[in-house]
This record gives sequence, C-alpha cells and structure tokens, in this order.
Amino acid sequence: MCLWHAEDTLRGVQAVVVPGGFSYGDYLRAGAIAARQPVLRAVIDAVQRGIPVLGICNGFQILCEAGLLPGALVRNAGLHFVCRDQRLRVESSATAWTGRYAPGAEIVVPLKSLEGRYVADSATLAALERQRRVVFRYLGGNPNGAAHDIAGIASADGRVLGMMPHPEHAIDPLTGPSTDGLDLFRSAIDILLGSVRSFS
Amino acid sequence: MSTPEHLPPYQELGLADDEYAQILRILGRAPSAAELAMYAVMWSEHCSYKSSKVHLRYFGQTTTEAMRQRLLAGIGENAGVIEVGEGWAVTFKIESHNHPSAVEPYQGAATGVGGIVRDIMAMGARPIALADSLRVGPADAADTARVLPAVVAGIGGYGNCLGVPTIGGELVFDPSYAGNPLVNALCVGALRVAQLQAAHASGTGNQVVLFGARTGRDGIGGVSVLASESFSTEAARTKLPSVQVGDPFTGKMLIECCAELFEAGLVLGIQDLGGAGLCCATSELASAGEGGMRVDLDAVPLRAPGMTPAEILCSESQERMCAVVRPGDVDAFMKICAKWELPATVIGAVTGEGRLVVTWHGGKVVDLPPRTLAHEAPVYHRPVRRPPTQDALQASTPDVLARPGTPHALRATLLRMVASPGLCSRAWVTDQYDRYVRGATVLAPPSDAGMVRIDETTQRGVAVATDGNARYCALDPYLGTQLALAEAYRNVAVTGATPLAVTDCLNFGAPTDPGVMWQFAQAVRGLAEGCAALGIPVTGGNVSFYNQTGNTPILPTPVIGVLGVIDDVRRRIPTGLGAAGDALWLLGETRDEFGGSEWAHEVHGHLGGRPPAVDLAREWAIGAVLAAASADGLVSGAHDLSEGGLAQALVEACLGSGLGASVRLPGQADPFVTLFSESSARVLLGVPPTGVPALAQLCTEHGVPVSRLGEVHTAPVLEIAGVVPLTLAELRAAWERTLPSLFDTPGHAGPPRPGW
Repeated sequence: MCLWHAEDTLRGVQAVVVPGGFSYGDYLRAGAIAARQPVLRAVIDAVQRGIPVLGICNGFQILCEAGLLPGALVRNAGLHFVCRDQRLRVESSATAWTGRYAPGAEIVVPLKSLEGRYVADSATLAALERQRRVVFRYLGGNPNGAAHDIAGIASADGRVLGMMPHPEHAIDPLTGPSTDGLDLFRSAIDILLGSVRSFS
Repeated sequence: MSTPEHLPPYQELGLADDEYAQILRILGRAPSAAELAMYAVMWSEHCSYKSSKVHLRYFGQTTTEAMRQRLLAGIGENAGVIEVGEGWAVTFKIESHNHPSAVEPYQGAATGVGGIVRDIMAMGARPIALADSLRVGPADAADTARVLPAVVAGIGGYGNCLGVPTIGGELVFDPSYAGNPLVNALCVGALRVAQLQAAHASGTGNQVVLFGARTGRDGIGGVSVLASESFSTEAARTKLPSVQVGDPFTGKMLIECCAELFEAGLVLGIQDLGGAGLCCATSELASAGEGGMRVDLDAVPLRAPGMTPAEILCSESQERMCAVVRPGDVDAFMKICAKWELPATVIGAVTGEGRLVVTWHGGKVVDLPPRTLAHEAPVYHRPVRRPPTQDALQASTPDVLARPGTPHALRATLLRMVASPGLCSRAWVTDQYDRYVRGATVLAPPSDAGMVRIDETTQRGVAVATDGNARYCALDPYLGTQLALAEAYRNVAVTGATPLAVTDCLNFGAPTDPGVMWQFAQAVRGLAEGCAALGIPVTGGNVSFYNQTGNTPILPTPVIGVLGVIDDVRRRIPTGLGAAGDALWLLGETRDEFGGSEWAHEVHGHLGGRPPAVDLAREWAIGAVLAAASADGLVSGAHDLSEGGLAQALVEACLGSGLGASVRLPGQADPFVTLFSESSARVLLGVPPTGVPALAQLCTEHGVPVSRLGEVHTAPVLEIAGVVPLTLAELRAAWERTLPSLFDTPGHAGPPRPGW
C-alpha cells in the first residue's frame, strides 16, 4: 500500500518502508523537507508503538532528519554520485529487518547515492557500536567515506532500520546483482506473522 | 565591426534581410516586437530545420510500407512511436544540447535530459530509460576537466532525481570537440497503444492549459539562438545568462502528473515547452490543428516581474507542458495538477479563426497564421561541395604506420590501447548514473546495449544502444554513418533483441560551409539507405548545426540510436564470455582495416585512408542468428567488436565475466591485424557445449562465417597465441585507472573500484 505524504495516517499498515528517491529533489538537505510532512508525524507516532520501519537511501536520510535515528548523511567523500554493486557485512541479526541473516553474513546490494556518507559525533558512534546497532558495514572499500564504514544502523529497540544501499534492487538476479536483499523483507514479515519471537 | 546596438532589431535576433522581407509579406505590415521575436526563434535553424529539411526528406522517400508497419508516429512528431506487441508501444528519441552544455556544462546537460524526457511524455508515454552520448576535447585538456565532470554531474543530477535509469551512452574524446562539446540525450518511453497522444489543438472552444513550472527569464533564446550561432569567446560570455536552469523535482512531478492525466483521458492534445517555449508550443499545436488559438499572456504564471510579451513567449523555463482540454474536463485536469502541486492555468482557447492571436494587458500583441511560424519557415538549398581536401585525406592510408610484430610488442600495444582514453573503462562516468531505479533494468553499462523490462507479466522488454564514430565519418561520411548504424544495430542484436527502429542526432558544423553540407548530405543518404537495407525506419531525431570553434567545424558526428524489442527479457544474452568451459567463437570476417581506427589515432595520431567496409546484409544475418540463438539458449555470452577490435572485445569480455580465456588466432593471419583491425559485422560469442551444433547450423544457414578462437577458463589470465599472456589484474588496472586519474577531484579520491 502507498501512503500519501500529505496525509497524517498510516491507513492501518503494520510496517512502513520509507523508500529512496530524492524527495523534494534533495533541496535544502536530503530528506529535510520530507521529514516534516504530515505522514512522517504518523510514522513517528507509530514508532513509539513499536511498528517496524525501514528507511532506504533517501528514506534513511529522512529518518535521521526526523530524529528517529541518530547522525546524518552528508555528501560522499569523492563528491560524486556513486552507483555500484556494494558488498556489505550484516553485523546484527537482532533487528526487525535482519532476523533471517546469519550474523557476519556477506551480501551484495546496490548502493546509489550522492549523500550517503554517514556521520555522527564520536559519542554517538561509540554508543552505536557498544549497543551493536551498526547493522550493515561496507566491505571491499568504503564507497563514500562513511564513519566506521557504516552502511546501516538501527534504533535502540531494533524496530527502526536505516540503510543507504537498496535491498529492493537485490531481489531478482535478472534486475539486480543478487537476491540478497529479499531477507530484509522476509524478516519483517516473520515478525509480523509472529512466526519468530520478537527479539527485543 | 558594427556592434549589435547598430543593427536593425531583426538582424540582432538573427533574421536575414530576405527572411524579414518574408515576414512583411506574410503579415502585410511590420511585425510587433513579440511577433518579430516569435519568427526569429521559430525560424532559427534549431527550430525550423531550414538548412537540413531538403536533405531530411530523403528519410521519408526511402521508408517503405513494410518499414512503416509498426510505426504509430514518425518524423515530425515530438518523438517516434513504434508498436512492440501485446498492446504496448515504445517511443524514443535523441536530441542535442551541445551549445548550452558548452556555456554552462552542468545545467546544459541537465536540461538536455529534462528536454528529451518531456518530448517522450508529450507522446503519452512514461519515460523508462535514458542514454547519453558525450563528446569532449582531449582527455588531458584543461577545458575537458571543466566540461566533462560537470556534464556528467548534470546528467546524473537530473536523471537520478527524476527516477529514470540511465542504461547506455558513449564518451568520446577528440580535439575537434575541444571548444564545442556534444551532449546528446536519448530517452525511451513506454505506453499502451490506446494512450498515444497527439500534438494538435482541435475543437473550437477547447481550453489551452499551461501547467508545470512558472515562466521566468531563464533561457530566453537559449537553445534557439545559442544553437544557431558559432562560438567565439565573447559571444559565449555575453550569453551566459541564457542557459536554462533545471528543476528535476518539478520534472518528476510533471511525469507523475502527466501519467495520471493520460490515464484519466483528460488530454486532447499536448506539447512540451522546449526550445522557443510557449511560442513554439502554441504555434505547433495550433498549426497542427484545424483552427486557430487565442492566448492571453496575462494568465501565464510568471516568476519574474516586468516580463515583456516577447520574453513570456520565448522564455525557455523548464518543466512546462501545454495541453488542450475539453471545457468540461478543466476542473478534473486542475485537480490532478493540484495533487502534484503544479501550477496550472487556462491561458487560452482553440478558435475557428485560423489565426494565432496573443493578447497582453488588454491589447493584441500577436496576430498571425500559425503555420507560417511552425511549418512554413524558409527552406534553404545550401551549396554542397565535397571538400578538396577529401582526396588527400583518403590517400593518406594507415598502411605506412609501423605495426607491432613481436609477442612482447603486441602485449605492450594491447595494454596501451586498453588504457587509452578512447577505450578505457567508462565506469567513472556510468557509476554516477542510477541504472537501477524503477527496478526493471536487465542490462546496463558496460553492456553493449541497455535493456529494460516493460511488462512484468509477459517479461517483454526493449533494448537500446547509441553509436557514432566521427573519425570514420570524416574519412567517408556516407560509410561512416552506416558504420554507426551498423554498430548500434549490432549492439542491440548481441543482447538477443530484434532491432526495430532508429533515431539520429546529426551534429555538424555550419550549414553555410559547403563542405559541411556535403558531409551532412552524405550522412543523411548513408543513414537512409542503410536503414532501408536493414528494414528499420528512422522515427525521429534532431539536427545540430554550428558545432564549430571559429571557422573550424567539429568532425562530422552523426550519433545513431537503435531500439529493439525482446519477447522475454529472461532470454537476453549477457555481455561477456559465458562460463568456464564454453567455446569462444568469432562471427564475421576480419580484414586489414585501420583507416580511422583507434590504434591509428592512439599510437600514431593518424587519421586517413578509408573506414572499414560496410556489409549490412551480414549485419542483418548476424542479428538473425543471435535472435534465434537467444530464444533457444544456444549462447551464454556475447560482445560486439568495434573500436579497438578483437583485442578490446576480449579484454572487456574477460573483465566483465571475471573469467580468463585461451585464444588461438585463426589461420595464417597477421596477429596484429586479427587483434586490432576494426572490420565491422563481427561478434564474439561464448558458446556452451550443448549449443555448438545448433549454433553452427544457424550460422551456416545465414551465411555467417565462424572462427573458433578457443575456450573460456577460470584462470584469471588472457592467453592469446603469439602474445605474451596478460593477467586479468593487470588488464583491470590498465582499463580502470585512466578516467579516475584524470577526473577525480584532487584530494577527493573516488571510491576504490570493487573487485569482481
């Protein structure tokens, strides 16, 4: 189901994916305007109730701008947009979106962003590491200068996940480099169907 | 020298004395300022095709009924449309944005993408893929470092934000583009046949709605005036403000808004606002319809105060469309525009008067027959003369150039060629474009052609490739253009798709130069006759003249786009070698052909002789073999041979597949010729053991010669008999380092390249 930016309702959905895609043209700052739309207020309310939320690329930027995840995404170290098939390590299975991955699993998922470099102050980074909230890390070279090679992080309760790479482009070998992204969506469905006990 | 202040206004606007006299005859009076501006932009070379028209007619004359069978809209429409089966149609077109990109590379390239995307939308289609053909000066020239990174960033900045994948294109370096880069943007759109739109205004009383961005002073006379004058440094400086500025987010809203308007059936006629803006859109809509049109400029939403009627009419502000809507549908139309937060205003109505009447501040500022603007511009028969230097150019053959002879020398040549700016990896460019968005991309660079799925249920898809080789065209514009057509055709065919249609972007110098016009006329004849031989029509395109610095024109550069269809994208042939244990086959014949070759250019700085021979019957036969092989799963990988010859194709195929190969060069041939000749109509194939007998039979049936070159293996080495072996690691390093080392911003090294 698609939710409309100008409506402050989630229409009863059980999980939300905030997708990528240059909301408002990335004008002002990537994700800054979208984070202030009515639908995000509904998302923020739902997060308090523990609804699983996945932010991909611009969605990750929006979740950071909305204060649902710490830190920020800034322009890539190389200054260019980077589109590539990116190797990642799954650092944590203890989120609503990664239960199906073995910890330490290596996956390949497309990365495509200009403002994909994750930054946060050192206390935040230390806390993320200590609480094992770094969920994905870049492998085979840091593509954008992200702190600690961070590609994705989760909220403290593991229900909200933000990541720069695009798992939805890794679901069919015909149109992507792998099917490695499917398990994100399957993991959330497991949680919603109650087939896996909630981890938190 | 007289300064512009001393010229009569019509000359300042670029109109010739006899053109002005013609305007006086049409109107029976002196034109108003607004009318004069409208005639000036609409009769500019860019909008009117006044120098090329007499030659372009040849496309129509050479297009047979059989070639028209799938054609739903052709030359003269915003873009050509072809039927691809199961109720689907595809529209595609390539267009230049050369001069704006020279002046302001980022915005010039960005708005080039925006412009071609709106052409595709105007046919009722959703844009589904982009490709960009770029030509710039020498790789190590200072101005190339200014132009290329900004052009690439502009294309990415607009296309990525728009959510349309970029799945193809080219990058060529040559000194002839040093002061005049070429930015040619291609867009493909998909639509249901029933949703095909027309650019005409009919039905007295129907409303004319302008929607999208507001109208400002940016881009006044942008393309229209810029593209019709040669460059001098001073002119470039004074025209700085006239390049349009793109707003990709509004462009994205416009795509979604139009899709919804078409779906709801609210549009009777539609035209995008590109070159010459509202002036062009209203006059073309009115001219193609049966009546006339009344437009009230006071209703146009403006973003700058104090704009004159001429400025409002000729503004090239981006992201605007103009639609003809039934009066009863206007409310529904406005509601959809409001949903997408796009300003929309009724600015006029269709009339039965046969006149285009424009009012402003209560008075009439324009009153003229619309056909005289849009369809009855002056037509010129420019002098055509084969340049006297052409014979000497062709007589200077590459036969005299020193060739490598030893296994070590061949190895060194191969490594040098692989790393040359002309042949090295384009990943530095293509990794700045989103090739994945929409989730339907099946093939993208470095594949020979891009391919996208258009229907998830049936798996139907389309493939597209662009090609051009200006050095071949300099040696022989007729054959050079056919070689570009042949290569684009082959690039589509090697994916397993069946080529169906052609679009062309014809980039040339000044039409007032008889030698340039000879090149142009030859190129058009070559393309038209080549298309007839292959049985696929030219469906539309663009002519860009005045590509020159001072009096020196660019090399003649026709860029050819070919579009093909594939019934089931799961049957596409991947670019590369296939799998270890597969046999390596070479289809076609190799001759000693080095005229205009990459080797002659890179190693000897030589351009002379004749281009490779053209054999379109063979190209067609290879296409037929590959389509059948793809449908039956006989081939595991394929790669077209073009610039750099077999050596380059082997390297790219090995690196793309992450596999090595052992290659025995056929017969008694000189290994240098076999490896580096650029003979056309050749394809490298990976053939699994199970495919060998059936493929051999297919090739025999179609009269396609086969050389069995060797095998694919897992060891990361390219072994070629007679050449000292090369590891994939050293080949990859040579191939991939060149562009990053030239263009990455100092202190901001790009990302490390991924391993395979």
